Amino acid sequence: MRRSGDQERPQPATVAAAGSTTALPIAVRQLSKAYGAVPVLDAIDLDVRPGEFLTLLGPSGSGKTTLLMAIAGFLRPDKGSIRFGEREVVRLAPHKREIGMVFQNYALFPHMDVARNVGFPLRLRRVPVAEIARRVEAALELVQLGGFGGRRIDQLSGGQRQRVALARAIVFEPRIILMDEPLSALDKQLRERMQIELRQLHERLGTTTVYVTHDQREALTMSDRIAILDRGRIARVDTPRAIYDEPGSRFVAEFIGESSFLDVDVSGGVARAGGATIRARQLPVSHGRCTMALRPERMRLLDAGEGEDLNCFDARVTGVIYQGDTLLLQTVLGDGSPVALRLATGGAAARAPAIGAAVRIGIPVEDTVLLADEPGARP
Amino acid sequence: MTVSPTAIVGPAGDFHAAALRRDAWLERLGLAGLAAPALLLVIVAMLLPIGWLFGLSFRDDSGALSLEHYRRMLAEPSYGRTFRTTFEISLATTAICILLGYPLAYFLSQLPRRAANLCMIAVLLPFWTSLLVRTYAWLVLLQRRGLINNWGIELGLWSEPLQLVHNAGGTLIGMVHIMLPFLVLPLYGTMRAIDGNLLRAAASLGSTPVHGFWTVFFPLSLPGLAAGASLVFVLCLGFYVTPAMLGGGKVTMVSNRIANDIELFFNWGAASALGVVLLVITLVVLVLAAKLSRGAGLFGAGH
Repeated sequence: MRRSGDQERPQPATVAAAGSTTALPIAVRQLSKAYGAVPVLDAIDLDVRPGEFLTLLGPSGSGKTTLLMAIAGFLRPDKGSIRFGEREVVRLAPHKREIGMVFQNYALFPHMDVARNVGFPLRLRRVPVAEIARRVEAALELVQLGGFGGRRIDQLSGGQRQRVALARAIVFEPRIILMDEPLSALDKQLRERMQIELRQLHERLGTTTVYVTHDQREALTMSDRIAILDRGRIARVDTPRAIYDEPGSRFVAEFIGESSFLDVDVSGGVARAGGATIRARQLPVSHGRCTMALRPERMRLLDAGEGEDLNCFDARVTGVIYQGDTLLLQTVLGDGSPVALRLATGGAAARAPAIGAAVRIGIPVEDTVLLADEPGARP
Repeated sequence: MTVSPTAIVGPAGDFHAAALRRDAWLERLGLAGLAAPALLLVIVAMLLPIGWLFGLSFRDDSGALSLEHYRRMLAEPSYGRTFRTTFEISLATTAICILLGYPLAYFLSQLPRRAANLCMIAVLLPFWTSLLVRTYAWLVLLQRRGLINNWGIELGLWSEPLQLVHNAGGTLIGMVHIMLPFLVLPLYGTMRAIDGNLLRAAASLGSTPVHGFWTVFFPLSLPGLAAGASLVFVLCLGFYVTPAMLGGGKVTMVSNRIANDIELFFNWGAASALGVVLLVITLVVLVLAAKLSRGAGLFGAGH
């Protein structure tokens, strides 16, 4: 599970020793929960591999937090099975599940200092006082808060609180860690730094981790695999790259990254969209209609004569938006379908076409994604 | 790019600084004006009478300055008894209110908000009837031929009418009933503000519900408890109607004594001295309670 880039660093005793040999798999089967007639979890099947960092990603109301709370034991499902390794836990009280949990608002005990917060699970387990002190300090070192033990919680910044919550969740060496949008309260820069840190910490501890977020970029950055939830069901489970490059359905393509969508007509093995013939690695249907997803950053603005390995369209520019790192070019095709392009700003911005200009745009055949969904099947 | 000189200097030369300052001052004045009626009321209805009482307490019957009233308070053991009774009854009322009110507030804080609001109406209902009516109602229930004695005897629970009222017990029943909302309200507010995720976090770290309550919930509820308890205690110290009616003359609190001094002995000086001492004690209690709950806040809620 270890990736390159793992910094060399003295490994604090005991905490880091919880290594991947003891990581537990989680197996969720037919997990269902309904509030009245509204299902929030609809027969969920999900396997989290030992030592894996799996992210539950979905829009609000998709059931991702509900699923996490059910795994943690704070929500009683209507039916289903949850296994940690060989052990069935679906009826087990939360305090017996041995889970390290990090909450969105950190949930640090405001009446205890940092050391007492982190030592809380150890005191409960009747660990000797000297060892508690040692393990608390080791855990704080691990989240780069060594020496902060005596601080009051209200003296800490958001990022520091987040680290304390993390230290508290790992100090008793749980074999499963659950995180409920732990970074959503931090500002963008800190959030991006913490994403990297969390990922590195995970690589060190090798603990099975289930992470909830609604931020697709966060999910792409951190996860070994992503499970995308849609209205109480799992729409897709796969690696970030596979999900981004081969979304498989319009919902996933819409939710992960940006996309423009074109209606595609297929007849006799030939696909046509936006007034052009489309070449793709494979056609999802041999006859009928399907949808083409175009990632703006994979689109190209073509010069005359270019376009050998590309699916090309004639378009008219409707908007030019300079966004610093990229230039967003909004266009419409001849049939009125909007298509966006994201261009690098170096040089390209200088020769950005004016609004109203006629341009030729294209997307490489290998980046062309055709989805089986009926056009407009989902609003 | 060039900017025209008028844009830099501005029309008034000082960029309206003087005018803006005047606006700010007028706004503050307006706000102070809104507070004026209340301020006037406090001065006329509270500070002046208290000052007058204060003055009276230091004058003897002839009107000369003297400490006679305070000296008598120290010399006569009956005054000491009165203060002791006052404190005992107040402490007992506060203690019973805590025992009854803490679980009640906890229960309410765990309910969904709508249900909690409905239940809160039930808690507050007594507030909507007059104190006098409520006290008389207890008299009707508790007296020798009252509802409770009649039912108890009819059901064969006891054979002779029990002495339920005109004693300390009856006084306590009435006072607890009247004081309970004063404890529950601030306590409920504090408990509502405790983040449910804290208890979840405790559970995920291995804490049983009971352990989580004592290590997390209870310490965080202490500021509300301190506020409610000190409110109840202070209100009890000066309570008059209920001890007078349900105590049947056997429970003499400071306020009853003050009434006696004025109504029976026309001794305004003695009554004023009692009032001053009670006021000072009350202030001391309030200051201590504030210190205590600030201390709890230091280790506690943190907001």
